[in-house]
Amino acid sequence: MFEILEKKSLNPTVTLMRINAPRVAKKAEPGQFIILRTDAEGERIPLTIADYSREEGTVTIIFQIVGATTEKLNMLNEGDCLHDFVGPLGKATETEGLKKVAVVGGGVGCAIAFPVAKKLHELGVEVHSIVGFRNKDLVILEDEFRANSSKFVLMSDDGTAGEKGLVTDALKKLIDSGEKYDRVITIGPLIMMKFVCRLTKEYEIPTVASMNPIMIDGTGMCGGCRLTVGGETKFACVDGPEFDGHLIDFDEAMARGASYKEFERKAHEAACNLFKEVK
Amino acid sequence: MPNMSLTKNEMPVQAPDVRNKNFTEVALGYTEEQAIDEAKRCLNCKNKPCVTGCPVQIDIPSFIAQVAEGNFEEAYKIITKSSSLPAVCGRVCPQETQCESKCVRGKKGEPVAIGRLERYVADRHNAQAAAAVEKPESNGHKAAVIGSGPSGLACAGNLAKKGYDVTVFEALHVAGGVLSYGIPEFRLPKTIVQKEIEGLKALGVKIETNTVVGKTVSIDELMKEEGFETVFIGSGAGLPRFMRIPGENLNGVYSANEFLTRINLMKAYKENSSTPINAGTKAVVVGGGNVAMDAARCAKRLGADVTVVYRRTEKELPARAEEVEHAMEEGINFKFLTNPTEITSTENGWVKGIICQQMELSEPDASGRAKPIPVEGALFEIEADCVIMSIGTSPNPLIKSTTAGLETQKWGGIIADEDGLTSREGVYAGGDAVTGAATVILAMGAGKKAAAAMDEYMRNK
Repeated sequence: MFEILEKKSLNPTVTLMRINAPRVAKKAEPGQFIILRTDAEGERIPLTIADYSREEGTVTIIFQIVGATTEKLNMLNEGDCLHDFVGPLGKATETEGLKKVAVVGGGVGCAIAFPVAKKLHELGVEVHSIVGFRNKDLVILEDEFRANSSKFVLMSDDGTAGEKGLVTDALKKLIDSGEKYDRVITIGPLIMMKFVCRLTKEYEIPTVASMNPIMIDGTGMCGGCRLTVGGETKFACVDGPEFDGHLIDFDEAMARGASYKEFERKAHEAACNLFKEVK
Repeated sequence: MPNMSLTKNEMPVQAPDVRNKNFTEVALGYTEEQAIDEAKRCLNCKNKPCVTGCPVQIDIPSFIAQVAEGNFEEAYKIITKSSSLPAVCGRVCPQETQCESKCVRGKKGEPVAIGRLERYVADRHNAQAAAAVEKPESNGHKAAVIGSGPSGLACAGNLAKKGYDVTVFEALHVAGGVLSYGIPEFRLPKTIVQKEIEGLKALGVKIETNTVVGKTVSIDELMKEEGFETVFIGSGAGLPRFMRIPGENLNGVYSANEFLTRINLMKAYKENSSTPINAGTKAVVVGGGNVAMDAARCAKRLGADVTVVYRRTEKELPARAEEVEHAMEEGINFKFLTNPTEITSTENGWVKGIICQQMELSEPDASGRAKPIPVEGALFEIEADCVIMSIGTSPNPLIKSTTAGLETQKWGGIIADEDGLTSREGVYAGGDAVTGAATVILAMGAGKKAAAAMDEYMRNK
């Protein structure tokens, strides 16, 4: 079984869990994801791998409590087991030949951006990390990013942490000040990635965006995670999750992401009410 | 005296307007009386033509003779000498094109209902308290099976019976492959699938779910690091095809695989399921195969008004006649000579309708098959809020792309010889992964054949 070895709250809505999963840990690479189920009746949800230790056979996930399943997941504690945990799925982040990279993360997407920044840093790539959050209470992994970046810029919507503004503002400023990136890697809300990609397109900087659409099996079987990239339909689970940001149809991805909004809202409400009763 | 009735004993079924609102099994199975009466229709032909129509060569007249005598356990033993999954095959095999098509009784009247008898025997056996299965003595050799669908299970079962230490690797969280994620509960109850799998476990077969070979572990690692001497690839044909028409990525458009997986594997049809499904109020299913019928009948049960669109005529429908008949009885509409060209959208990115091209059939070509050709200018729109694309699947490229030296066809099928041997020593393959989407029983036949070849390979190594 997939035991939760460590659980840590990173901010009021974001939790880190280190899971015992030796087979997954042995193969995991930054950029890849896992699919888990909390219990025998549970939904399958994809989560990107935040960290791993081959020696200890563990995989770290970081998730935001956004719906019924993540709510249930967050109710589990150290010593509890996940019912299912499969991976690593998807393709790893391409790091070959890179010399200077801007990693642009937003919100809980920073949890996915971090292992990418770390790997690049370890490979000797010059990493500039630009991370954005709504406010100071939601900031995660600040020390970790600082330790793995030669430049670190923290942004917040309300100015309570780092500078006030959007990650795109910070990225533009760096580019305008003469920083020459051979790639931008962006991970965060779709709307943020859309604008990061729009900006870097103007500057003609190759950009990769990490997609996290709705999926079931994660092996190419259902096609639920399909998106349009350069006019072609791709499956995020096997062709991605990272794609050329300048070619992704973000508007379509946003519409597809909202497919089950109503169902999710009701399920989340039901889960919250249930937990309130339990408490 | 044989029973000379020209027709089969009819299969008791749930009434159409009842069953199209529930997910419990449609066909209810013979009673003992019906089974014995039907068995007596068999003439016990010396040359056994029916056996030649069976991909796993079950000794059909012998098992039927036992049924006629009321020796149901004997009948079961005869079937399981050749088949690993009788309760499954009795339900989903296309007997009308296999064993029953060769039945002498079919020359004048209907053939013996071989499939229904197989099902009766298997269900009767399964209903009894499980007799302790004798676990074969281990021969110390390790074999890996990739995929727990029909071919993988058949291969694993046959190897385990010979004493091999068999581990089946399954990507999903439940074993069974297409039997679990694809074929709906009302055609193949999942308790039956699980029972058959429990039977294999009792033989010593280990099943590791949540393991994607090609991602979690590679074939080379299984052979070099984990000590598996042979590997059987039964990874199926799970990659859905789309039509590549505008609007296919709108909300409300599913591949049949996704639609059926949500329902069958994730139980989205149950109230309080944590996996959502949206069959809409007006669902259009594109395609005419068995999977299309399954998708249509599921959508109907979820409350949608369902239309199947198919580009040829009723006569050319690739689905089993029985499935089409069941679907029609349940109130599913069919629009033939209809080929979608575009899916239209609401303002919010949801399906609004599907624009279709009226087709007509050409004169039959040299191969005797008539081609559907567009009737110029004849376009029309069908209102829909859900579209399910069921136009076929192809083998998943995951294993090919992670196994050096494994040769495949251009369309992705793994190249294997008669015995299932691939271009890699010790690596065998069978089922849909080799042939492309086909039937449960053909996959089982391939798994069984490969098991025999793997046995020989390991014994002579």
